[in-house]
Amino acid sequence: MKNKLNLFIIIMSLSFCFIVFYKALNNSNIYKPKIKAKLSLPVFDAKDFNSNIYINSEKIFEEDVFYIVNIWASWCVPCRTEHPLLMELSKDLSIKLIGLNYRDKLNNAKKFIYEFGNPYSQIIIDNDGTLSVEFGAYGVPETFIIDKNKMIIKKFVGPINQKIIEEIKLIIK
Amino acid sequence: MLANQIGYYSLILGLLLSFILCAVSIKDFNNSNKRISQNIFILSFLQLTFVVVSFLSLILSFIKSDFSNETVFNNSHTTKPLFYKISGTWGNHEGSLLLWLLVLTLFIYLFLVKSKSQPKKYRILTLLFQQIIIIGFFLFVLVTSNPFNYLFPTPPDGLGLNPILQDPALAIHPPILYLGYVGTSIIFSSSLAAVTQNYVSKEWGRHIKKWVLVSWIFLTIGIMLGSIWAYYELGWGGFWFWDPVENVSLMPWLTLTALLHCIIVLERRAALTSWVVILSITTFTLSMCGTFLVRSGILNSVHTFANDPARGIFILIFLFILIILSLGIFFVFHKKNNNNPNSFFWLSRETSILINNWFMMYFLSVVLIGTVYPIFLDVVSAEKISVGPPFYHKLIVPFLIPFLLFMSLGPRLKWIKSEIENKNSLIITFIISVTLTFFIIKNLTADLLFYTVLISVAFFLLFTTIKELFIKKNNNMPQTVAHFGFSLLILSILFNNILSSEIITNIKIGEKYSYQKSEIFFKKIEEKKESNFNSIVAYFEIKNEKGKIIKLKPEIRIYNQPIIITSEADIKTTLLEDRFLVMNLVKGGEYYNIRYQIKPFMIWIWISVLLLSIGGLMSLFKKRYEK
Repeated sequence: MKNKLNLFIIIMSLSFCFIVFYKALNNSNIYKPKIKAKLSLPVFDAKDFNSNIYINSEKIFEEDVFYIVNIWASWCVPCRTEHPLLMELSKDLSIKLIGLNYRDKLNNAKKFIYEFGNPYSQIIIDNDGTLSVEFGAYGVPETFIIDKNKMIIKKFVGPINQKIIEEIKLIIK
Repeated sequence: MLANQIGYYSLILGLLLSFILCAVSIKDFNNSNKRISQNIFILSFLQLTFVVVSFLSLILSFIKSDFSNETVFNNSHTTKPLFYKISGTWGNHEGSLLLWLLVLTLFIYLFLVKSKSQPKKYRILTLLFQQIIIIGFFLFVLVTSNPFNYLFPTPPDGLGLNPILQDPALAIHPPILYLGYVGTSIIFSSSLAAVTQNYVSKEWGRHIKKWVLVSWIFLTIGIMLGSIWAYYELGWGGFWFWDPVENVSLMPWLTLTALLHCIIVLERRAALTSWVVILSITTFTLSMCGTFLVRSGILNSVHTFANDPARGIFILIFLFILIILSLGIFFVFHKKNNNNPNSFFWLSRETSILINNWFMMYFLSVVLIGTVYPIFLDVVSAEKISVGPPFYHKLIVPFLIPFLLFMSLGPRLKWIKSEIENKNSLIITFIISVTLTFFIIKNLTADLLFYTVLISVAFFLLFTTIKELFIKKNNNMPQTVAHFGFSLLILSILFNNILSSEIITNIKIGEKYSYQKSEIFFKKIEEKKESNFNSIVAYFEIKNEKGKIIKLKPEIRIYNQPIIITSEADIKTTLLEDRFLVMNLVKGGEYYNIRYQIKPFMIWIWISVLLLSIGGLMSLFKKRYEK
């Protein structure tokens, strides 16, 4: 009898531990670097993807709309998963998507765009990765929202998903 | 490219061999032949070889900077020095699991080779239990964290290794710690095997003690290396922060230490069998639990490589399967022997070891509660708390007083029944320690009564062990050396805590900062360029009370891949004290923030931990057993 009680207690406490750890797994608290509240857009010259001509950043962001800068590369696997979402986002006419092609081979990048479609209204090339650093990027893919005052108001590290798309739409409204 | 394929397929072959090994062992188990079939040795060796090949091919991918491998891409970079390319192999989740697997297979092979004098059925069962663990880890690696994922097209460059991990102490810290961590798996498997065979006996104790010692030594040194790294790299000027990840390595150490002492009782008197088995199971469970906490992303620390709940769930389920399996085996097979602790005479070596166990269990529960309670609270009530050093200090430090006292008296007792010998000399030693401490503490600003008592018991242990080292020749050297190391450790930590001083200030180039009778002079800065970082080296001159000038050169490093700024402290170490200077950038100005610390007896902390491990080593290589 006493043994059975012991066994029962052990099993109960073990299952309790299991449930707690299981739940803790889902609300894990990994620290993600946050961008400071508002950051002004860096000023730069960058090569255009199609024409190979240098364009000034003021020219790129000249219109009075929300801009979304997406850092991508053809070799980056998560970029492929987020690409359809970018395509969907590009249908929204109140925003303009700028692609920042990060350390890529031009031919591979062109093939990538040809294969998966082009969501960007303009693509600029960042051959040595310095431009992405100017934006404060940690890796690829990364997505920045730039408001009408030309301030970076939000950044997403890693591939975007449906939840982020909704967040973006909310911000733009 | 090719290395990638070879590595991946060797892993699969290794897993297949696990199943074959299980089948062959079960067949051999029922065979009446007295010796283990030669096939088992060959298969086990083959398995080891495949894992080694897989590991080497990952290292090769790192050396060649083959970015078609996802692990290499995520954790390496072409500009990294070769040494860190290699150490990057285990500086990430996938690679470190492969290392874990390597140690698992290595140890079971060594076990088979080294246990020839043991009963056949026991050895085969150990192999089987170990294979269960190995299969679990093979599946874990292959299913959730394959180190050989293929990327196409090949990226031009990798993302880089976290710069704070680019450090020599940290390059060898994981392998050493793993040898200790994973070594406990052998103790786990063999104690389960021994329980099922009803073989928890003197002979078994003698045989398994070697494995306990090996794991204990590696674990001790591994923890120390991590601590040294934290001391000079994290720039906080401490060596132990009660960070959950540090605690996770301390917990198996505590149970392993208790186990080590129990095994001594087991091999002498065939007693405390339940303790030995339970401790063996707990030690490995705690190691696994540590892996779970660190790898699942529940805890947030430098050790958290990736946050992937799928991995967490896998280890969690595996962990609980092992716990249930081992508890089941324990309850079904374990037979209490008659020599239970109640029959111990109150004043004997056995009782003192039992007391040691209870202290260890107390320390363990404090650390365990401090580590997992915040997780439980977060889940149950969504309340976030963090348990800091004061919690541990308040609950552990006072209990060191009786613990140290028992530690100085315990080893002097004889087995079975004893009396305290040389009472007079003990009392004299005690009085000397108390007066010595009193005069030291009197001049310091510390809680007089509490510290006098605490430090005098530490001195008491120190003196009794020193006396034993010199007067009684060669009676029980390993134990004396280890206990001597421990008393030195406690003393250095205490004095370090009481006597440390610190100055934090903002200063610009060319400026002088005076305090009391000393002076800090910020002479100049120099910029340097290395392949993987740029650095700002600052030149400081510090004039101390005696007018002696000390030059310190702290450094700020700006790593290029990924872009991270780290502060490298400059430390001048002498036998008496460490002078520690670290600086940080202050945003938007010409000022630098500096933190200057004088930390007495730092080096003695490392020396005493080394002494502890040397004690373990001496015991490992000792021919005759303690009298």
